[in-house]
Amino acid sequence: MNMPLDQVKPLLQVKHLKKYYPIKKGVISKTVGYVKAVDDVSFDIYPGETMGIVGESGCGKSTTGRSLVRLEDPTAGQIIFQGKDLANISHKEMRKLRTDLQIIFQDPYSSLNPRKRIGDLLAEPLLAHKLATKEEADKKVNEIMEIVGLPKQYKNRYPHQFSGGQRQRIGIARALMLRPKLIICDEPVSALDVSIQAQVLNLLKDLQKSLNLTYVFIAHGLGAVKYISDRITVMYLGKVMELATTRDIFENPKHPYTEILLNAYPIPNPHERNRNQMVIEGDVPSPANPPKGCVFHTRCPFAKDICREKAPELTGKAHLVACHFPIDERNA
Amino acid sequence: MAMKLNPNKNVPELAGTETSGQMVVPFEKEETYLHMIMRRFLKHRLACVGVVVFLLILLIALLAPVISPQDPAKIFNEFEAAPSAAHWLGTDPVGRDVMSRLIFGAQVSITVGIGAVAIYVAIGIVLGLVAGYFGGWIDMLIMRLTDVFMSFPYFMVILVLVSIIGPSLFNITLVIGLLGWPAIARLVRGSVLSIKEMDYVKAGVALGYSTPKILFQHILPNALAPILVNATFGVASAIIMEASLSFLGMGVRPPAASWGNMLTQAESITVLSSQPWLWIPPGLMILLAVLSVNFIGDGLRDAIESQNAK
Repeated sequence: MNMPLDQVKPLLQVKHLKKYYPIKKGVISKTVGYVKAVDDVSFDIYPGETMGIVGESGCGKSTTGRSLVRLEDPTAGQIIFQGKDLANISHKEMRKLRTDLQIIFQDPYSSLNPRKRIGDLLAEPLLAHKLATKEEADKKVNEIMEIVGLPKQYKNRYPHQFSGGQRQRIGIARALMLRPKLIICDEPVSALDVSIQAQVLNLLKDLQKSLNLTYVFIAHGLGAVKYISDRITVMYLGKVMELATTRDIFENPKHPYTEILLNAYPIPNPHERNRNQMVIEGDVPSPANPPKGCVFHTRCPFAKDICREKAPELTGKAHLVACHFPIDERNA
Repeated sequence: MAMKLNPNKNVPELAGTETSGQMVVPFEKEETYLHMIMRRFLKHRLACVGVVVFLLILLIALLAPVISPQDPAKIFNEFEAAPSAAHWLGTDPVGRDVMSRLIFGAQVSITVGIGAVAIYVAIGIVLGLVAGYFGGWIDMLIMRLTDVFMSFPYFMVILVLVSIIGPSLFNITLVIGLLGWPAIARLVRGSVLSIKEMDYVKAGVALGYSTPKILFQHILPNALAPILVNATFGVASAIIMEASLSFLGMGVRPPAASWGNMLTQAESITVLSSQPWLWIPPGLMILLAVLSVNFIGDGLRDAIESQNAK
């Protein structure tokens, strides 16, 4: 990721992605409104990078991630991958593209079929796509287990015989079986112990280097995202607030929400704890009834009249921000 | 796969850093899910007795032509004879050997019990999987159909249907089979609704597995436990259903023997009071068959559905 971004062709482009869930009421299930889980999200993902997506619970980051692999059917928008629009192709065509796009889930306890042995679980993707014979698949299972750091004797065990960290390795191994180009990591370490988190993050980093992978890394913990991401997208209530390199986000945040999010992160050094902190007040408004204008204005300490009227556009070249009064200009 | 990750650097370190509490305890022998169910099942005494009794009845049914002392339809000269050395359980009012009829009756009960349940479990599983997984109008359609089927007075419909298509062993099996599926369909649909939200099903979709593969290999095996229990109890009620139909003359018809039609003779006070060999044995057999199956069902339920009790 040393090349300037505008010279590289994006691996995947998300354009104006929307996912609305209808709210139904009454005996005839009349649609009375929509929950706007993802509302007009656009970003590009470049080959070899890790794009982090952060935000509070319910900000639409997981829905965005799941839409990329078509586990959710987007309401509107485009997802361009290898010249095809994933949001609008048939399920049959999508199935062919799935070998290039994989997902790692948050909960290692529910992401593995409890009735299948690990060996079968890992061989299954290859066999289902007829990419290998049984013997070949078995060999590849051995390889992959070694790569993710599991002894291959564990092949005959069932998922319940493993710890959370080990299960997450199995989940990663399964996603790798088809040799995908892009992997969506949907909070892959949130359910793990801190010590195990680091191991899994390191494994993901090593795999990225050796296998040339591109990640979309979704998380609510800033630590993990900072550690693994090249660029970060900050989401709030289904919209992108800020998108910039990890360094810019952490050292030079332009959106007040980003700044508040960073401040909310606990400070390891006890002597610095009494520094002046901006604390966010109130709750996230309901995505079924998002505020008019800028969605963040209800909690923003700098909100002015225009924020309540007009929604800001996501602007900027490398450092994109959706705010009428980005921090630089506010101070100036 | 050309993966080069320098495993020597990573693996030992990664594998070793898991704290001991989280390491998988190495088992001497890997215990499969089936083994665990078996072990728990065997702890259930009554269920074990049930299995033995049911296997005995099954054996009697299979070996009926060999072990039966007489031809069940053969008419002897002694009518309503009390048990004797020649006829261990006496003869019925037509002069047929009760013992032989009892043995051949087992065939009927087993056929109806297992046959009908196999039919309706198959229908129920397919409809339940489809309704639960696809949802929307398909689900709506199947579930309303289920409601319709469930609102019929079950016994009356079977009675009417059998009288239309004619009473025979095959027909009652078919009719019970075709009418019994709604309970299974609902059960399966309910399980599918929760299982399809599990990440391993989502992972299957993301990995590009075909829908039938996801339905039958990933969802069904995880929904099987309650189906199995329900089906076991279903066998018992199908046996009773056949006996009742045969008792009313709408099931297996004489001269073919069934426990139900043997009981028909108990309609007369004389038989009830003074010829107990005509009705106690078939009644007892029905009781034994139904009880044994129900105990098996109980044992299965305890073994399967209590996830944590070891």
